[in-house]
Amino acid sequence: MPNRPHRVALFVTCLVDQFAAGVARGTLQVLERVGLRAEVPGGQTCCGQPFLNDGFPDQATRLARRWVEAFEPFDAVVAPSGSCVATVREFYPQLFAGSPWEERARAVAGRTYELSEFLVRVLGVEDVGARFPHRVAFHPSCHLLRSLGAGDCGRTLLLRVRGLELVDLAHPEACCGFGGVFSVKFPEVSEAMLRDKLQDVGATGAEVLVSTDLGCLLHLAGGLSRHGSPLRCLHLAEVLGGS
Amino acid sequence: MSPHAVGFREASARAVLDPALREAIRRVTDNLAVRRVQVTAELPHFDVLRDRAKRIKEHTLANLDRYLEQLEAAVQARGGHVHWARDAEEAAACVVRICREAGARRVAKSKSMVTEEVELNRALREAGIEPVETDLGEFVVQISGDRPSHLIAPIIHKRREDVAELFRRHLGTPADAPVPVLTAAARAHLRQAFLQAEVGITGANFLVAETGTVVVVENEGNARMVTSLPRVHVAVAGIEKVVPRLADLAVFLPLLVRSATGQRLSAYVSLLTGPRRPGERDGPDGFHLVLVDNGRSRMLADPELREALQCIRCSACLNVCPVYERAGGHAYGSVYSGPIGAVLTPALTGGRGLVDLPFASSLCGACRDVCPLRIDIPRMLVVLRARAGRTAAARWERRVARVAAWLLCRPRLYRWASLAARALEPVVRNVPVGPLRRWTRARELPRLSPTPFHRTVPR
Ligand code: SF4
Repeated sequence: MPNRPHRVALFVTCLVDQFAAGVARGTLQVLERVGLRAEVPGGQTCCGQPFLNDGFPDQATRLARRWVEAFEPFDAVVAPSGSCVATVREFYPQLFAGSPWEERARAVAGRTYELSEFLVRVLGVEDVGARFPHRVAFHPSCHLLRSLGAGDCGRTLLLRVRGLELVDLAHPEACCGFGGVFSVKFPEVSEAMLRDKLQDVGATGAEVLVSTDLGCLLHLAGGLSRHGSPLRCLHLAEVLGGS
Repeated sequence: MSPHAVGFREASARAVLDPALREAIRRVTDNLAVRRVQVTAELPHFDVLRDRAKRIKEHTLANLDRYLEQLEAAVQARGGHVHWARDAEEAAACVVRICREAGARRVAKSKSMVTEEVELNRALREAGIEPVETDLGEFVVQISGDRPSHLIAPIIHKRREDVAELFRRHLGTPADAPVPVLTAAARAHLRQAFLQAEVGITGANFLVAETGTVVVVENEGNARMVTSLPRVHVAVAGIEKVVPRLADLAVFLPLLVRSATGQRLSAYVSLLTGPRRPGERDGPDGFHLVLVDNGRSRMLADPELREALQCIRCSACLNVCPVYERAGGHAYGSVYSGPIGAVLTPALTGGRGLVDLPFASSLCGACRDVCPLRIDIPRMLVVLRARAGRTAAARWERRVARVAAWLLCRPRLYRWASLAARALEPVVRNVPVGPLRRWTRARELPRLSPTPFHRTVPR
């Protein structure tokens, strides 16, 4: 296994902490399956992404500093979220541009990974030994897909899950319409995007919709339950970490 | 760039209720996007061209003053005139003056976004000069008193039936006329315009500094007519259109054409260098180049937004944007729509549309992926959001953000607040607060985990 990191930290992310504690547990379980005991640094809260995207970089910078301090000591940081990792990798260097923090942020950003990316690209693991006998559609989040260029990692892992039947979306790369503040400011356009995504999912005949970002998942699940759909939404970590 | 009556929010909310609009847009953008993928994939060195183009643009913009002076000298050496316009009014007034001096009553125009930007047609009409748009799409825009809603497909929002009806009223074609009949009618009508116009007006896709050449890329041949039949040719262009050398076109032309229409080469690429010289058979007697600033030097001085000046207006970012597809170009309230429009409009005008346009994106990143210049549109949208965040309009959001960040910087308090949130959740869920109501119409609000994860971690 290439570059097996010694000390691994779990970055829970604020949405997972509040809305999906099971996703954090699932992530720890997957990592355990591949022989890593991840630590959960105390004092972590939020990477600052919502502040950055809403137009408040000062607040984002404050949180980013705390984040860098919390995760600097580790060899690798793993988060069950493509968009939080994208924030750390793409935006931290910009937030800190020209300050002494820039170097520190770049250094830790260089060893911060989204879960599926970490498993496939860093550890070289494709089969985590999970079982999940269901028809599953996979929606790679935009950040996983485009900012991290790791949209294929989730698929790779799902293909090796026992009993799992992976069905392909017609437009996997289409945004689900969440975008945080975007969906609050322009709920109608966001809703039109959501509708198309759900239609695409519905057409596959999947029982479970799996994604890698909680923002997308909460948005998709909220849309599904509004329409009384029996389809379940799960985070990749819950599928891989389940028995 | 006159503002429309309503902001992006109202306009986009209305647009999503119009499935015909969406269908009309999607038919064109999907087609363009599919062809773009095909013809860019077949060029093995397409990414090399992209990097090259990026470097050339960066270099040119960093030395823009020098290249503009070189361009001016080259145009003058070929017998052309160069005019500098600081803003929209100056640009329009300058073209009007040239037309007056040429004794023009009618001018023929080919497609140009910058003349839309400076509202040239209005200025011409006010001066008693009749502009005729000769690009088919722009012609339709003109006779319907509309505005273009896409960079290269100005009437993308119109259905074929709408156009047939317009032509019936204006050109007398039968209501059920097939497309070839409509285009033939337009062609016959426009031919008169070419022959009668004293002045021809074009935009420019590129301006070559070393030779003073104006490059116009098109498919209908109307720009070639506009630049060869009338006595005087006026090219109007933003100052960012300059490239240093003629050889740079070998980089930019394939990037532009393949990204824009998905063609390998457009039907016409005209390289126009000064007026007709002795011994030449065609071409205008007089040539004028109007160089428009209108906010561009402000952008150039802005390190965070400068990158948007690299845009070659190919429209690839519009064609993949899920928001543009559903909101339509008019919702952006500017001649520049889509992702790049959401950056350009506030950047060029020093803030128009700042409160909503930068937020009109889910930041999905599709625009950046397809941009031939790899322009980081999401980054600039976030930059503009930060500027919006400092305005008075964001007063309340700013307060909420301050409190939230203050809390999130205090983990112990955050843990307490997490408990409090759980106690309050049943109450809060049933209070339909303003913006949330619109959100929850189509989506159920998420539920908090009974216990936040951090409570389950042994300390
Ligand atoms: S931003 Fe890029 S993709 Fe969009 S129009 Fe400009 S050059 Fe084309």
